[in-house]
Amino acid sequence: MLSLHNLSVSTADTQIITSLSLDIPTGQRVALMGPNGSGKSTLAATLAGHPDYVVTDGSMSYNGIDLLSCEPHERAQAGVFLAFQYPVSLPGVPLSQFLRIARQELDAAQGRTPLTHTDFLKLLKSSLAVVGLPVSFAQRAVNEGASGGEKKRLEMLQLLVLEPSLVIIDEIDSGLDVDALRAIGSAITNLPRTTTCLIITHYQRLLEYAPVDRVVILQNGSITSDGGPELAQTVEVSGYQQ
Amino acid sequence: MSFTPPSYQFGFADPESSRARTERGLTEATVREISALKNEPRWMLEKRLAGFAAFQAAKFPSWGPDLSKLHLDEITFFSRATDRAERTWDDVPDRIKTTFDRLGVPQAERALLAGVGAQYDSEAIYHNLKQEWQDLGVIFCDMDTAVREHPELVQKYFGTIIPATDNMFAALNTAVWSGGSFVYIPKGVKLSVPLQAYFRINANQVGQFERTIIIAEPDSYVHYVEGCSAPTYSDSALHAAVVEVFCKSESRVRYTTIQNWSNAVYNLVTKRAVADRAATMEWVDCNLGSQVTMKYPSVLLREPYSRAEILSLAIAGSGQHQDAGAKAIHLAPHTSSLITSKSVSFGSGRTSYRGIVKATKAAHHVTSKVVCDALLLNDESRSDTYPTIDIQHEDNQIEHEASVSKVGEEQLLYLQNRGLKPEVATALIVNGFMEPIVKELPMEYAVEMNRLIELEMEGSVG
Repeated sequence: MLSLHNLSVSTADTQIITSLSLDIPTGQRVALMGPNGSGKSTLAATLAGHPDYVVTDGSMSYNGIDLLSCEPHERAQAGVFLAFQYPVSLPGVPLSQFLRIARQELDAAQGRTPLTHTDFLKLLKSSLAVVGLPVSFAQRAVNEGASGGEKKRLEMLQLLVLEPSLVIIDEIDSGLDVDALRAIGSAITNLPRTTTCLIITHYQRLLEYAPVDRVVILQNGSITSDGGPELAQTVEVSGYQQ
Repeated sequence: MSFTPPSYQFGFADPESSRARTERGLTEATVREISALKNEPRWMLEKRLAGFAAFQAAKFPSWGPDLSKLHLDEITFFSRATDRAERTWDDVPDRIKTTFDRLGVPQAERALLAGVGAQYDSEAIYHNLKQEWQDLGVIFCDMDTAVREHPELVQKYFGTIIPATDNMFAALNTAVWSGGSFVYIPKGVKLSVPLQAYFRINANQVGQFERTIIIAEPDSYVHYVEGCSAPTYSDSALHAAVVEVFCKSESRVRYTTIQNWSNAVYNLVTKRAVADRAATMEWVDCNLGSQVTMKYPSVLLREPYSRAEILSLAIAGSGQHQDAGAKAIHLAPHTSSLITSKSVSFGSGRTSYRGIVKATKAAHHVTSKVVCDALLLNDESRSDTYPTIDIQHEDNQIEHEASVSKVGEEQLLYLQNRGLKPEVATALIVNGFMEPIVKELPMEYAVEMNRLIELEMEGSVG
C-alpha cells in the first residue's frame, strides 16, 4: 500500500503539488493523468527521492515504511522503481553488469533468494525479448547511443529484471510508435498481479494496451477526479476541463 | 558527500633484511660502491659517474607538483635483498616468494605469459623467459645481467634517448640505477603473449631506480607489462625509473604500466621512445597511488609514417597529486599521434594533465589528436590541464579536446533508484569513465584494475 497524505512539494521557488492525498492498495493499477505542468512528473520524482524536489508538508509511506526518511537507494530496496521519462546514459557501464549488481543489491536488501548467474542471464535474455530489443543490448553501455524509443524499452527491461513491487512509470508513451507502445503495454499487463503500478500518461492510448483499475486526474498540483477506467475515455473525448 | 582516505591492499611490509645496502644520501663514494657491489665493467662506472656529475649540476624542476618534502639525503640508494637474479621460482628465498605470492606475481606466469621478471627493492630477484622465445633470439633479463652478458647492446643503446643531463631524476637514475628490464626482440619476431615485470619497494626510505631498455628490431612486436607496489610507510620512498624504447622500422611496441604505489612514494619517472619509419609506439600508463607522480611518456617520431598512441590514466585521492601526461614530438612528415588522458580526483586529490605536441619544420602532413577527460567526485578535488602545442606547419592537423565533469547527480540518482548504494553507484560510474583505457589492458590486469579502483573508492563516498 502506497499512502500519500496532504503532500506538498516545491522546487527552489515554486510550489508544484499542494496537499495531495492518495492511497493505492497493493496490486492496484492506477493511471495518473493530467495536462502539462499539472505536477505528474514532480510526483514521480518526489517518490524516487530526487533532491531537487522538496517535500514541504505531509507524509509519504510505502508498506508502512516512511519514504521521506529514506535515501533514494533505500526506497528502491523497499521495492519502489521509477521508470524515468528521460533516462540518463552511463558511458562505459555495460547493461548486464549494471543490472547484475543492482539485482544482487536488491536481493540482499529484500531477503530474496539470490539469482544464480545462469538464472540471471536467462531472465535478462527473456526480458530483452519481451521488450523487443536484441540480445546485443546486454553488452552495450546503459542508454548510451540508444534512440528515444530504445531508452523507453530499456527502462521497461530494467523493471522486468529487477522485479520491484511498486512501479512508477513516467510518460513512457511519449514519442513511441505503435509497435513499441504495444510491446511496453503488454509488458506492463504481464507484470505479476501483486505488482502495484502508477502509470503517468497524457493520453488514453497506452491504457488500451495496459488496462488499469483506476484513473486519477491531477490538475494544478491537486487531484480533481478519481474514478474507474472509463474516466480516461471521458478525458480523451472532452479534455481535462469539466 | 563526505570523503575518507582510501585503503591500500598492498601495504604490508616484510621484515627488512638486506644483504647489502648503501649509506643514506648520495656521494660519489656511494656511486662507486654500487658499481663495485655489482662487479661492473669500467664503461658502466663511467656512465654512472657522468650521471652523478649531471645530478650535482641539476636543479629540482621549477614547475609541476610540490617536491619540497622529498629529502634526497634521507634516501637509501641501493638495497640488495638477495644475492643474484634467480632463474627458477623455487630458488627465490621464501620470504620474498611469500610477498610476491600475496601480490599474485607467479600466477601471472602460470597464466601463460611469455616471461616474468620481478624486482624487490633495488635488484631483480627473478627473471624467466619461455624457451621457445629464447630460441628465437629474444632476450628478456634484468639490466644487471644485460650489462654482463650483452655489453655491446647495452653500450650501444643505454642513455641515448634519455641522456643523464635530460633532467635531475634521469641524472640520479643514471648514477645509481639498479635492476629494471632489458628486452631485445630480433627482426621479424612477434611475441604473441606479453612480457611481464613486477617492481616492489619493501624497505622504508629506499629508492628504486630501475633502468629499462626495450629494443624492437624491424618488423617485430612486443607487449611489455609492468606492475608496481610498495608497503605503506609514513616516510617518503622514491621511485625514479628511466625507460628507453627503440622502435625500429615497422615494429610495434606496447608498454603497459599499472602503478599502484602506496601513498608515501614519490614517483618521478622518465619514459621515452623513438619510432623509426612506419613504427608504432604505444604507452598505456595507469597511475594509482603514490604521493606525487610526475610522468609524461614521450615518443620521438623521427622517421616518416611513424605513429604514437599514448593512453594515460590517473587516479588521485586525498593527499595525492598525479601530474601525468604525454609528449609527442613529430620530427618527420606523415607522422601521427593520439593522446588520450583520463583522470579521476576525489577527496582532496589533484590530477593534472601536462602534455606537449610539437612538430618541427621538417614535419609536414602531421596529424595529432589530444583528448583529456577529467572526472571530479567532489568539490574539494581538483583537476588542471597544461597542454602545449607547438606546430611549425599550417597544413598539420592538430586537435585538442578537454572536458571536466563532476559525477552527475542525475546519474547517481538513476543508479540509486535501481537499488545501488551511492558508493557502489560512484564506483560503477568511475569504472565506466575509465573503460576506454582499461579495456586496452590484458584481461587479468583489467579485472585487477577494476578491483583496485573499487578498493580506492571504498568509503570515499557516503
